[in-house]
Amino acid sequence: MRIRTGPVGFCIRSVVPEVVRGLTALYGDQTVEGPAQFADFHISIESARGLRRWVRPQLYFRIDGVSPFAPLPGNQGMPMLEWGMNWCISGSCHQFLILHAAVLERNGLALVMPAPSGSGKSTLCAALLFNGWRLLSDELALIATDTGHLVPLPRPVSLKNESINVIQRFAGDAVTFGSIVRDTVKGTVGHFAPPPDAVLRAGVRAAPGWVIFPRYVANASAEFAPLSRGRTLMRLIENAFNYNLHREAGFRVLADLVEGSICREFSYSSLGEAVQLFDRLADGHRPGEDTP
Amino acid sequence: MTDADGDLACLALREPQRLMSGTLSQWESVIRQAARADVLGRLAVMLDSLGLTEAVPPAPRLHLTVARQVVFAQHQELRREMTLILAAVKDLDIPVVFLKGAAYVAANLPAARGRLCSDIDILVPKLALPEVEGRLMLHGWMSTHHDAYDQRYYRQWMHELPPMQHVRRGTVIDVHHGLLPDTVRRPPNAALLLAAARAVPGLPGAQVLDAPDMVLHSMTHLFHNEEFSHGLRDLSDVDLLLRHHGDDLDFWASLLRRASTLHLQRNLYYGLFAVREAFGTPVPAQVWAEAAPAAPPPVMRALMQGLWRRGLRGPHALAALPWTSTATLLLYLRAHWLRMPPLLLARHLSIKAWKRATVKPVAV
Repeated sequence: MRIRTGPVGFCIRSVVPEVVRGLTALYGDQTVEGPAQFADFHISIESARGLRRWVRPQLYFRIDGVSPFAPLPGNQGMPMLEWGMNWCISGSCHQFLILHAAVLERNGLALVMPAPSGSGKSTLCAALLFNGWRLLSDELALIATDTGHLVPLPRPVSLKNESINVIQRFAGDAVTFGSIVRDTVKGTVGHFAPPPDAVLRAGVRAAPGWVIFPRYVANASAEFAPLSRGRTLMRLIENAFNYNLHREAGFRVLADLVEGSICREFSYSSLGEAVQLFDRLADGHRPGEDTP
Repeated sequence: MTDADGDLACLALREPQRLMSGTLSQWESVIRQAARADVLGRLAVMLDSLGLTEAVPPAPRLHLTVARQVVFAQHQELRREMTLILAAVKDLDIPVVFLKGAAYVAANLPAARGRLCSDIDILVPKLALPEVEGRLMLHGWMSTHHDAYDQRYYRQWMHELPPMQHVRRGTVIDVHHGLLPDTVRRPPNAALLLAAARAVPGLPGAQVLDAPDMVLHSMTHLFHNEEFSHGLRDLSDVDLLLRHHGDDLDFWASLLRRASTLHLQRNLYYGLFAVREAFGTPVPAQVWAEAAPAAPPPVMRALMQGLWRRGLRGPHALAALPWTSTATLLLYLRAHWLRMPPLLLARHLSIKAWKRATVKPVAV
């Protein structure tokens, strides 16, 4: 099966039933065919050979026949595929500066939310994309080094554990999880397909707008806190996959991103409150002072 | 671009201009095979020097551009790392000879073009080994392979220390005291290599092997390898090293002489055979005539040629010939056979097998 997610083409091979089902549910809108389609990566999810095919079955992720990671249990095909695809992109697509961050767009401007796992970034990202924001990516921010613009990479959104229920309640019928897998190392992992709008407008880039570092804090009211541009830059570098490769150009790209964005920290507990505050951001509100 | 052979990585390096008539689908296969063979950077540089890059379709061209970018960044890091290594052992006042990829980059040779090198290899006098290790540890390099058996394997029998990794930078250095393990039947004399080594302009304190020694080292290393995921890449290095000397008769004469002095005539034969077949490297007729008698007897020769033809191809599954996996297994066994006398080998292999079987699976 060949798919195109933004600037990256994949050729995916698997006969594992859950993976085939998951691919159809999550990438149905993004399949491509024809001689003009170039796949940047040839990947597969395959059963182990020999005994492990049946006894406590294992699956391997392979790129061009090579397994970069250890195998996972047989029911974890879809999460493994998603992690594998992230690995391919973050490890090879060095035409971009790549950050570990969610990216959304509104009014042509990009909201970049860098954060380690567990910070509530994905849950917030999921809530926002059902409330007026276009999804560019929930995991990998791709920055074009010539223009500094954020490049869309519409892929399934992944949520873990409690977040799955939270978003299910929050978005109701608007969300259908194409894959839910329990007992992974990260707990229960669910994926839902990127919204059709995100896929349709995969060619539309966004200029810098906001760099917000989100943090879920139980029972906290939603609020922004000031963040100096210097600190923002350092934290962006910490969250970059291939900063070393881009050297001075990388520094300039991130400095420009910081210079062109409103930079804040954000803490929240209620998604509803959070969405409202971000609506105000989109309307041009500048919470607090910009600090150098 | 049709080629009945299927080894697109080799074809790409041998005749890059033939790629230009390819369809997008053919380019996709070329990129895949070249990436798997770790020669994508080299291909990118070759196409650049032929002025063909702009004519490559955009989608594959992107992969070539990125490969070039990665190699460029890595070479910068490599030069910095070499300077730091030299600084660490400076007061020992001993020759530090860089080997393989690091040497090509240090000496700015054509073989450096587009070549990624993950580790840095150096050759130092055997007697200086403990002090070199001590200085490196002082400057942050820690030994890997903490298993007691592995440590003994390296220190007692092999020609190198266990690889050392820098605690902060993560870079790896392999410290050698010889070309081949001391346990091989006729070990080349490392002192001769060190004596003939030459300085590198622009990198004070650094040395590289003399030209014929560098070629022989590259060939020997290749034909004593136990696995060949970099076989084609290493063979391409030999091709570029030889072409660099063109028809310099002094070089070719030294090459033959040194092969004899260092007991590496068989490897020279294999090297010239393989490189002419894969890349059509121009080798003067009289040199080939003088090197050919070092070949094994006819039946063994035919077998070895068949093995090398399979082992030194691009490693992608699409490029495989029939019997390739058998060939790689035989070459793996051969590598171990060459490394050690039979009894020692038997003991070593059974210990390794035992350890693999008793290792507890690690939770992901």
